[in-house]
Amino acid sequence: MEFVLSLLVGAYFIAAVYLMLSRYVVRLLLGVALLGNGVNLLIFTAGRLTHEVPPVIPYGEQVPQTVTANPLPQALVLTAIVIAFSIFAYLLVLAMRAYQELGTDDTDHMRVAEPVDTPRPPTGY
Amino acid sequence: MADETSSSSSSGSSYVDVSVAYVDAPIEVIDYLVVFPVIGPLIMGALCLMLRRSQHLQPGLAGITLAAVFAGNVALAARVMADGPVFMAMSRWHPPFGISFNADALGVFLALSASLVALVCTIYSARSVDSDGRRYGFYPFLLFLTAGVSGAFLTGDIFNLYVWFEVLLISSFGLIILGNAHAQLDGAVKYAFLNLIATTLFLIAVGYTYGLFGTLNMADLTIQIAQTPDAPIGTISFLFVFAFAMKAAAFPLNFWLPASYHTPNIVSSALFAALLTKVGVYALIRVGGMLFAGSFVTFETVLVWVAASTAVLGAVGALGSSDIRKLLGFLVLSGIGAMFVGIAVSTPVGIAGAVLYAVHSIVVMAALYLAAGVIGRMTGSFQLHDVAGLYRASPLFAALFLILVFAVSGLPPFSGFWPKVLLVRATLEAGEGWLTFAYLLSSFIAMIAIGRVWLFAFWRDARKGGSSSGAVMALDEGERRAYISPILLLVIVVVGLGLVANPALELAGQTAVGIIDPTAYITAVSPVLP
Repeated sequence: MEFVLSLLVGAYFIAAVYLMLSRYVVRLLLGVALLGNGVNLLIFTAGRLTHEVPPVIPYGEQVPQTVTANPLPQALVLTAIVIAFSIFAYLLVLAMRAYQELGTDDTDHMRVAEPVDTPRPPTGY
Repeated sequence: MADETSSSSSSGSSYVDVSVAYVDAPIEVIDYLVVFPVIGPLIMGALCLMLRRSQHLQPGLAGITLAAVFAGNVALAARVMADGPVFMAMSRWHPPFGISFNADALGVFLALSASLVALVCTIYSARSVDSDGRRYGFYPFLLFLTAGVSGAFLTGDIFNLYVWFEVLLISSFGLIILGNAHAQLDGAVKYAFLNLIATTLFLIAVGYTYGLFGTLNMADLTIQIAQTPDAPIGTISFLFVFAFAMKAAAFPLNFWLPASYHTPNIVSSALFAALLTKVGVYALIRVGGMLFAGSFVTFETVLVWVAASTAVLGAVGALGSSDIRKLLGFLVLSGIGAMFVGIAVSTPVGIAGAVLYAVHSIVVMAALYLAAGVIGRMTGSFQLHDVAGLYRASPLFAALFLILVFAVSGLPPFSGFWPKVLLVRATLEAGEGWLTFAYLLSSFIAMIAIGRVWLFAFWRDARKGGSSSGAVMALDEGERRAYISPILLLVIVVVGLGLVANPALELAGQTAVGIIDPTAYITAVSPVLP
C-alpha cells in the first residue's frame, strides 16, 4: 500500500512541478495546490499505514495492546492542510487583484516592480 | 509533537515511564520567559485586531508589548549565558513526547536582536504608517511577524519550526500588500509564490525525516541521526539546504528578494530585510550544522560556491541599482553570502562569524532601510539621480548614515568589523584562500555601492545635481523625533557592538560551541533522551 501511495505522491509532484514551470499565474496556482496535496499525502504515507485500528488505549491500560494506526502524521497533515488552505486562499485573491490591476497573468509581463527601462545609476556629478 | 509510542515501539513492548516523561512539578514562572516572545505578541496582536477602530491605541500597545519582549529576551539571554540552554515543555510532557521550546545561545541571541529591531520599527512606524495602513492591520501583522520570528528562533521541534515559518510568512504577506500599489501587487506575486514553494519543500523534508526517524524533536533527531550513520539522508539534507537557501535568498534562488523588497512601506521593508532572510540562515545553521552535522560535509563544495557567488553578485547588483531601496536589497543578499561563507566553512570560528554577522546585519539593514525612508521623505525620491543636498539640510542625519555606511562595509570600529575578522580567519584556517578573496572583494564592492549613496544623497550639493534641485524638505521637530531617534538608537547599538565587542564575541563563540557539540542542548531538553 505504501508503494502505491508513493507512486501517487510522485505523480502529484511531477504534475505540480510541470505546472509551476509555467509563466501563467493560474497554472502556478494549480501547481501550488497540487504540491500542497502531494506533501500531505507524503507525510501520511511516511507515518506508515495501518488498517482500521484506531489509536485508542483501552481503559485501565498504559499503552495500546496491539499495533495501532499512527495518530501523529494525521495531526501533522491536519496542520499542513489548514496552512496550505489559508495560504492558497490568499494567493487566489492576490492573483485576482494582480490580474485586475496589472491586466495580465503572464509573469513575464509583470514588470511594474522591476521596469525594463530602469535608468542606469549615475556615474558622477 | 504528540505521543508516538505506537510507531516507535515496533516490538510493541517498550513501556514509557510516565513519571519520567511527565513533569509533575509546576513550571516555574521564570521558565515562561522562553515562550513569552511568542505568546506576548500573539495575544497583543489579537487584541490589536479587536481594537481595529481605536487606531490611536495600536502603536502604543505594540510598542509596550515589544519593549516587554525585548526586556524578557535580555533576561533570557543573561540566564542562558549563565546556566546554559533553557527549555520549557508544552503541557509538561517531556520531549520527545511533547513539543518543547528551547532557548540556547544561538536562538536567544537572534531573538534578542530581532525583538530590538521590531521595537525600533514600531517607534518609527508610529508616524510613518498612515491611518490606511493601520486600518488594514499593520500592527497586528507586525506583532504576528515578531511572534513567528521568535517562535522560529526558540522552538525545539522541527515541525513546529515549519509552523512558525508559515506564521511569519503569512504576516509578511499581509505587510507586503499593505497600500495596494501596482508595484506591490507585482512584487507580492513573486514573493508569495516563491516563498510558499520554499516552505513546502521544507515540509517535504520534514515528512521524510519523520518517516525515517519517527521523531520531530530536534534534540532527539540529533541523537538518532548520529546513531544511524547509514540512513539515506542525502536527499533530505539536500531538500533542507535547498529550502533554507531559498528562504535566505542565496544565489541562484534569490530572485524574489530584489523583485519585492523595495515595494512595500519602508517600515515593512526594514522588518523584512532585518528578519526574514535571517530565519532561513538560522534554520540552515540549526538543521545543517547541528541535526545533520555528519552528512553536511557532502554539501560543502556546493555551499562554498553558493556563498561566494551570493556575496559577489549581491554587491555587484547593489552597484548597478539606482533605486536606493533596491540597492539595499542587494546589500542584504551580499550579507547572506557572507553568512553562508561561515556556514560553508562550518568550523567553530566560521559559525561564530556567521551568527555575529547575522546579528550585525539584522541591526544595520533595518537602520539603513529606515534611513532610506528618511531620505525619501526629505527629497521626495529614492533614485540616486534625484537625491542631493542632505548634508546641508541635516548634518546629524548625514553623520548617522555615514556610520551605517562604514558598518555595513565592515570597517572598524563598527559592528561589521568583528564578524568580518572571524569570517576571514575561518576561511584562511580552512585553507580556502579564494573564498577569503571572494568575500573581501564583495565587501569592497558593497562599500563602493553604499558609499556612492552617501556621496550622491548627502555630499552632493542640491543646487549642482539632482532633478529635485534645492527642493530638500527639512524635517520639522516632531518628524525629527519620530524618524531620527529610532535610527539613532540602532546606530548606538552598531557603535556599541563595534567598540565593546567582547560580550557579543563571547556569545557568538558560545553559539558555535553549542552547534558543534550539542550535548548541553540535549541534556537540557529532556531526561528521557539517552
